[in-house]
Amino acid sequence: MSEFVGRQWHDMGGQDAGPVVNEDHDFAFWEKRVDALMVIASGTGRFSVDQLRRVLEDMGESAFETMSYYERWIAAINRVLIESGIYTTEELARKLSDVRARGTTYGDCCQSETG
Amino acid sequence: MTVANPKPADRVRVRADSPPGHVRTPWYLRGKTGIVERCLGPTLNPEQLAYGLPANSVKLYRVRFTMAEIWGEYCEAPNDTLDAEVFSHWLELEETGRAS
Amino acid sequence: MPHDPPETESPSHGAHVGHLDDFHTPLTYWQTLEIAVRELLIEKGITTGAEIAAAIDSMDRRSPADGARLIAKAWIDDRFRRKLLADGSAAMTEFGLNPAGLRLLAVENTPGIHNVIVCTLCSCYPRNLLGLPPDWYKERAYRSRLVRTPRVVLAEFGLELPAETTVRVHDSTADMRYIVIPQRPAGTTDMTEDELAGLVTRDSMIGVSRASSPRGFRE
Repeated sequence: MSEFVGRQWHDMGGQDAGPVVNEDHDFAFWEKRVDALMVIASGTGRFSVDQLRRVLEDMGESAFETMSYYERWIAAINRVLIESGIYTTEELARKLSDVRARGTTYGDCCQSETG
Repeated sequence: MTVANPKPADRVRVRADSPPGHVRTPWYLRGKTGIVERCLGPTLNPEQLAYGLPANSVKLYRVRFTMAEIWGEYCEAPNDTLDAEVFSHWLELEETGRAS
Repeated sequence: MPHDPPETESPSHGAHVGHLDDFHTPLTYWQTLEIAVRELLIEKGITTGAEIAAAIDSMDRRSPADGARLIAKAWIDDRFRRKLLADGSAAMTEFGLNPAGLRLLAVENTPGIHNVIVCTLCSCYPRNLLGLPPDWYKERAYRSRLVRTPRVVLAEFGLELPAETTVRVHDSTADMRYIVIPQRPAGTTDMTEDELAGLVTRDSMIGVSRASSPRGFRE
């Protein structure tokens, strides 16, 4: 059993780690929106939580170490939506340029009712 | 060894495989033997769903392992247990716990 | 119209007490991506702003208080307790809570057995019952160490278990989501269901603590 190769970084049960830090934080509103996008996308039949998990795993350990939980989620949600054909990378590029051109805060960039 | 179709109380061994891809069998349980705690019925195989593919129906089991089996007898408390859900294609039947 | 202040802040903004205000702070790269993804989903007809607001409200309404009421019911009603153990999702529905696809499996603490929940592969959690998980549940220390040295980890939460108690760790590796039915504390014989629910903390339903003792009670 000692010979298998290829343990993936996210499969962390049993590994050494520091003490549990019993802390929590209130979710920022944008984090709640990311969560809502996941719930809604999961209900379309064209996006599964299983895909989201696989993409999160494939983003690698450095993403786990350097990005917050919902940063990782929005990054992964985007990739699954592209894979599933919901929108193209070209459409995403144009949208990102459009959003950046509006300003530098949610207040600048979001006029919609969920902004 | 047969394709596992275990019942509660059967002894099962988790396959010691490590395919590079999305799987739901934790590394620390691979090659370990436990007892089927309950059957959870058929479900879609997440190893296919994870790639956006149509998925086969697979049976899911809850398997109970002793800490001694997983970590060795010098672990924190050998008789403490760990329960995990394992899909049938990751299980091999060791012996049945059924009266025969 | 870059840099114009919005004429009105969104109805959702400010409607959710307890989250941090991120409306006027500079956007991070990932927040910019969030805006882009959200607007694309709306433009593609996948969702609407109203649906997103409703999904946020729905999540905000789920909290450990729902789980606490479920546990209190199980403490006072043995038929319900057995139903919760046999089919957690059906028990939720009977109790008026919507599992929304959650497959709930309840495990019960007894004088000889202490249960505790983890998800080593990601951070699966009964969110449709208890709301979103605490940060520590999602982080490396808990996910890595609980399955190997549960007693040490529980001690870090302030829970010291006697050697004669069996610890059962449950790793949520697949479809089920778990809740611990903590032991009903001593000194609660005369308490109402609502009062009992007040003793059931989130952490006691994950299994990293016991239910609280009633105020003023000493063993």
